[in-house]
Amino acid sequence: MEPKVINQTICRSAKSGRWRYGETSHFSQKQGCGNNWAHGFCVHGPRHRDVVEELVRREVERCDRLAGLMAMMSVAGGTGSGVGAYITRYLRDVYPKSFILNHLTWPYGTGEVIVQNYNSVLTLAHLYHHSDAILVHENDTVHRICSQLLNIKHISFTDVNRVIAHQLGSILQPALTTDSNGIYSRNPLGELVGSLACHPEYKLLSVSTIPQMPSSSIAYSTFSWPGLLKHLRQMLISNSKMEECIDWQVQLPSASERTRTLLGSSFNTSLANLLILRGKDVYSAETGSFEDPALYSSWLSPEEAFNVWKSPVIFNKYEKSATLVSNSKALLRPLDNMLGKAWNMFASRAYIHQYVKFGISEEDFLDSFTFLEQVISSYNQL
Amino acid sequence: MTQSVVVQVGQCGNQVGCRFWDLALREHAHVNKKGVYDEALSSFFRNVDLRRNDGGSCGVGGKIENLKARAVLVDMEEGVVNEILQGPLREVFDSTQFLTDVSGSGNNWAVGHMTYGSAYREQIVDKLRKTAEHCDCLQCFFLIHSMGGGTGSGLGTRVLSMLEEEFPEVCRIVTSIYPSAEDDVITSPYNSILAMKELTEHADCVLPIENQALVHIVNKIKHMSHCGKPGSVIKTDTTVMSGQGGLSRAEKPFDTMNNIVANLLLNITSSARFEGSLNMDLNEIAMNLVPFPRMHYLVPSLTPLYTLADVSVPPRRLDQMFSDAFSKDHQLIRADPKHSLYLACALMVRGNVQVSDLRRNIERLKPSLPFVSWNQEGWKTSLCSVPPVGHSHSLLALANNTCVKPTFIGLRERFTKLYRKKAHLHHYLHVDGMEQSYFTEAVSCLNSLIEEYDHLDATKGRLMPDAPRFSIAR
Repeated sequence: MEPKVINQTICRSAKSGRWRYGETSHFSQKQGCGNNWAHGFCVHGPRHRDVVEELVRREVERCDRLAGLMAMMSVAGGTGSGVGAYITRYLRDVYPKSFILNHLTWPYGTGEVIVQNYNSVLTLAHLYHHSDAILVHENDTVHRICSQLLNIKHISFTDVNRVIAHQLGSILQPALTTDSNGIYSRNPLGELVGSLACHPEYKLLSVSTIPQMPSSSIAYSTFSWPGLLKHLRQMLISNSKMEECIDWQVQLPSASERTRTLLGSSFNTSLANLLILRGKDVYSAETGSFEDPALYSSWLSPEEAFNVWKSPVIFNKYEKSATLVSNSKALLRPLDNMLGKAWNMFASRAYIHQYVKFGISEEDFLDSFTFLEQVISSYNQL
Repeated sequence: MTQSVVVQVGQCGNQVGCRFWDLALREHAHVNKKGVYDEALSSFFRNVDLRRNDGGSCGVGGKIENLKARAVLVDMEEGVVNEILQGPLREVFDSTQFLTDVSGSGNNWAVGHMTYGSAYREQIVDKLRKTAEHCDCLQCFFLIHSMGGGTGSGLGTRVLSMLEEEFPEVCRIVTSIYPSAEDDVITSPYNSILAMKELTEHADCVLPIENQALVHIVNKIKHMSHCGKPGSVIKTDTTVMSGQGGLSRAEKPFDTMNNIVANLLLNITSSARFEGSLNMDLNEIAMNLVPFPRMHYLVPSLTPLYTLADVSVPPRRLDQMFSDAFSKDHQLIRADPKHSLYLACALMVRGNVQVSDLRRNIERLKPSLPFVSWNQEGWKTSLCSVPPVGHSHSLLALANNTCVKPTFIGLRERFTKLYRKKAHLHHYLHVDGMEQSYFTEAVSCLNSLIEEYDHLDATKGRLMPDAPRFSIAR
């Protein structure tokens, strides 16, 4: 809802010389939503709905075959969260048969915006009804990847965004899936949603990629599929988003510390997993370790819960790279924390008058809280 | 890009406002080397081509012809405004932006609020509306005034309620200069308390500033520059109180103190004017820092106050800047926020600072700052890439903190001392429209505000249990 960032983005993309945004495919207003979800959802959303719908329709009409819509937004602010939630609901009405994937960026736990927890709760509760799947990146996690794996001393948002873009790219670049019969899949969003978000109460997806290292080190590293997959599986089980300080030149120790947590209570059960392999010798990669029934919940068989996509084209200079998109308990703790903090603030009714001013009542808050408690309870049951 | 209008009322308001425009021009001249009228300039200035017939406003993107400030200047005596009109800033204002009278308010809130408020209501609203019409998208009114006098305090608060009536959707940020205990105006407690009621009810945010704190800061800088320690030579032109490079040459008394306030205003709007990796608009200030409608008093603190002439800037200086922002020497009122309870805090960083430095410092300082139990991570951050003139980076912290309570209590005590004896009361009651009930209402309003802060203070240090959450029946 304000022009600075869009102007910057369009300039920067045009400067690269290789691609740019269309001249008319953007929309901005003069004044933002002031970090106020209610302002975005109740005021700006409806006001600008028609213009945005027109822009989306123009792009959709240019497609031969619409695979789906992906909305990218943050949950802490006002526009991304409020207007984003409104637009998602509206697009669901206009395109009822298309897949809608929302990519969300969750803010730092130590606070970027004071009312971020309110905005996040309201956004998630509303999106859950209309979106097919919600792919989440947390700023805290990506920041740690930048500092510990990529060794960046002064991390800027450009670095953080680059990591997120790498992970998204490794999911959405063309791949050969089980349904695509030997050609690159024409329906990546649909297959993603179909394989992972099989139950309406379980829509939260998280991503891990391996390897992630500073580009200067790539030339000196060798990768092997068994090694990569073993680490990725361990990352899934122990719910860590990155491999920590492992030297790729050395043989991995066979009984690492973390294997022992396999049967412990911090074991991360998954509902479904999607493994995407890109690079050399991808057909020889042995993915059987991901089909272990112990990884999954009891009511879905591993054959249905686990899918693999492959592509022989290397991605972003990594000779071999593996990405795991999982619908698991990984996001349970951050979600729980966020809900707890929002509830504490709500109990003292702080900042509520700012939301009521624009049309969101206390009942709306209570509804969102109840709904998310339900989601947390469902994930706990996995 | 949004625009803001500055309304300066009274002698203090106009003098501070004057320094603000001077520094704003200096900052934009520093950043804008090409002479193009860009979006950043348009937030405070209009570009007017006087040769055109239609009133002359030019759009963004053209060459700078004549810059006119988006301001309304109000004073009930002519001295200060005449000085501005004869000084080097006369080109920046045009005659339709002034409103003056001859005799002044005599340090009497009632005269300012009632007499002049009613007499000049139409004219003031007219001027405000004209200024607002020149704006594409008006986001905020900045009101600058003092609390101790008659015009700034009385007429200023009347203008505030006019702004609320005529432009209810536009944010109102008020910079109020509170009188110190040894103020030379005897009736300043009366004026301040009467004005406080209006501020509590009609303003969106108030930035209270005390003269005492400004004097303290000025003395600290002077001490630093004269103490002659090796390595402590201050780079000229970088102190927050220096106006060098601006239009006005001679520095008058109060100029140094006013410069600090002007810098405050520049830094608050910097993220809305210039680009950065994490922008913060002015309406976000009110949204994030005001949890309850009446508790909107935000204590400002500015760092660094000066830059040493030492060229090497190790990262330790950056961390020092963050620590200083919370020390009681840098606050613009006499208060110690570290020992009171924080409700919320905003950090507005300018210059070459990355998000990792910001997060590192927040994590470092958090354990020593007491936050209210339901807002343990109550930080709002913004990063603007354009640093202020003379510094490589700077930080403005706005804290909604219960440390304003002692200031208000002190004000109330001084008020009670006079009110008990009914001293000077007749001057006020003689004014048409003024009654004794105004005084009692104003005091009770202040009392309830202090009580609200008390309630929150009582929770400080106590481990508040988390509110029980919903449990889902299965």
